[in-house]
Amino acid sequence: MSAVIVDQLYKSYGKTRALNGVSFSVDEGELYGIIGPDGAGKSTLFRVLTTLMLADKGQAQVMGYDVVKDYRKIRDIIGYMPGKFSLYQDLTVEENLRFFATVFNTTIEENYHLIADIYKQIEPFKHRKAGKLSGGMKQKLALSCALIHKPKVLFLDEPTTGVDPVSRKEFWGMLLKLKRQGITILVSTPYMDEASLCDRIALVQAGEFLQVDTPRSVVSRYPATLLAVRSGKMHRLLGDLRDYPHVNTSFSFGTAFHVTLREGGSPDDLKAYLMQKGHSDVAIQAILPSVEDCFMLLSK
Amino acid sequence: MKQFLSFVRKEFRQIFRDRRTLLILLIMPLMLVLLLGYAIKTELNDARVAVFDPSKDTETRRVIERIQASEYFTVVRELDSPDEIGEVFKSGDIGLVVVFSERFASDMPSGEASIQLIADGTDPNQASLLTSYAQGVLSSYQAELLEQSRVPTRIDVVTRMLYNPQGESAYNFVPGVMGVVLMLICAMMTSVSIVREKETGTMEILLASPMRPIHIILSKMTPYFTLSVTNVVTILLLAVFVMGVPIRGSLLWLAVVSAVFIVVALSLGLLISTLVDSQMAALLASGVGLMMPTLVFSGLIFPLESMPAALRWIADLIPARWYISAMRKIMIQGVDASCFAVELCVLLAMAAVLVAVAWKKFKIRLG
Repeated sequence: MSAVIVDQLYKSYGKTRALNGVSFSVDEGELYGIIGPDGAGKSTLFRVLTTLMLADKGQAQVMGYDVVKDYRKIRDIIGYMPGKFSLYQDLTVEENLRFFATVFNTTIEENYHLIADIYKQIEPFKHRKAGKLSGGMKQKLALSCALIHKPKVLFLDEPTTGVDPVSRKEFWGMLLKLKRQGITILVSTPYMDEASLCDRIALVQAGEFLQVDTPRSVVSRYPATLLAVRSGKMHRLLGDLRDYPHVNTSFSFGTAFHVTLREGGSPDDLKAYLMQKGHSDVAIQAILPSVEDCFMLLSK
Repeated sequence: MKQFLSFVRKEFRQIFRDRRTLLILLIMPLMLVLLLGYAIKTELNDARVAVFDPSKDTETRRVIERIQASEYFTVVRELDSPDEIGEVFKSGDIGLVVVFSERFASDMPSGEASIQLIADGTDPNQASLLTSYAQGVLSSYQAELLEQSRVPTRIDVVTRMLYNPQGESAYNFVPGVMGVVLMLICAMMTSVSIVREKETGTMEILLASPMRPIHIILSKMTPYFTLSVTNVVTILLLAVFVMGVPIRGSLLWLAVVSAVFIVVALSLGLLISTLVDSQMAALLASGVGLMMPTLVFSGLIFPLESMPAALRWIADLIPARWYISAMRKIMIQGVDASCFAVELCVLLAMAAVLVAVAWKKFKIRLG
């Protein structure tokens, strides 16, 4: 059975189209990543699925319940963590958790096992006000609050945005553990490196799903050989790469440019061309594409 | 029920943690009552008095002592001749001059002893206030003399205002201030606290939770209802024990009418919260949209009777106008329920309509 089924969702804010005919389904127990830049429509999608917003057109179901008709039933069984930190900043860690536990008709004690791993890390600060926590700790508390009632489906809207790399890694470790407990998780993120940890990912842009697949297949479907190009004069490199007639795409990726070539171009030819342009220490290397490369190619 | 209680506890916690707001909530009403009741009141305190006493006998001494002893007057000068009277008024720091007739004590049995009160007529209101207070002091002295079966002096004063014998403005202000304060606290605080949840995003989580919207609304209203009741009690205590305002009517009805009014104000706050999205807008809406009309049309500052008909119709839409009117009847006139039945019914109707509208407008979704 599918935990989430979405069929042709449309939603606009005035002239801006946030969702433009989105369809997909998520299996029960799946860790499903929705990957895309800011403004791609991720938050809107989450709000429609958590019954907080009505779509203009189209249908969606969560655990077999319609998001419009059966919104009350859905609210009983989902956990939701909005993109913005949304706990009571003037209440302490423990007060927040206890409050949300009772709101969801349960107690901390009843479901402690579920959040133990996460909550243990912030428990030393349980008398601290939530507003005074660091970014990573806030997200852990928010996750604890979203989990305390043992939801069947967990919606996490950009849970790691603004969180340091170490905490991000920990956070994803927790998600994998939760998945093992059978909880279906929908998570959105603008960080492509997190995508590889999902069972399936959907690449989203401008309200449309570009591709849905396992991270591995998304990468293996990359249609060209990807080259990482470096030189001693990085600042000039992009312009010179664009001038090379056989370059198809080139994007800046940290310390290198990721480049694909058209018919007729070859790495050796490119190297000769760059040397001729006055670049020294040119290094060209074939690499395996990442999800981000796929995204850049798809969204071009 | 557990959800509800936990929510109410959370609300109280947030209110008590926000020291500044709490202070405003609890102290501001008292400050307002004291300010409006004392500072702006149209009565006297320690008016400076000069005395011209050519007879200088025991009786005039007694009268002067009596004037001095009253809380309204301070005798600051004794004049040596009538010529000085014009002078002291010109200097501006004397409000009233008391002039005794010659041979005051010996004239008393024949009833020819007289006292002249001279006040500065450039401020007629103040002058008439001063003389009437002085007359009050003198007539009470005269009454005492009568009791001791001594012959009366010739000072007779017959002014008396119905319900408010000394013209004390606090009588009128207390019900008015209660109306304004309750409106402010209930409407403003409720709307701001709900809108804050929208702004910080916690409303998103609450809506996506099994918590029913009615519970959210009720648990938001409960703490502010409690606070408002506390305010009613403190204002009344202050009014009765510090300012000497009487409560002549039934306390039960006073409580009933206040409770209904608080519900009206709370639902107005709730209504505002469904219409705006930022705390600033909520503050403005309840401040400008509610406070101003309440102040202007409640009859607290401008008497309703002197307004044109069109404005009076608007005033009839202001809940505080009915509340203040009912409170005046209960507290100061001490009449029974049939006399303020209209006010109570109007307030009940307003409460019913506002609760229904606010409830209908409260969104089960975002945006």
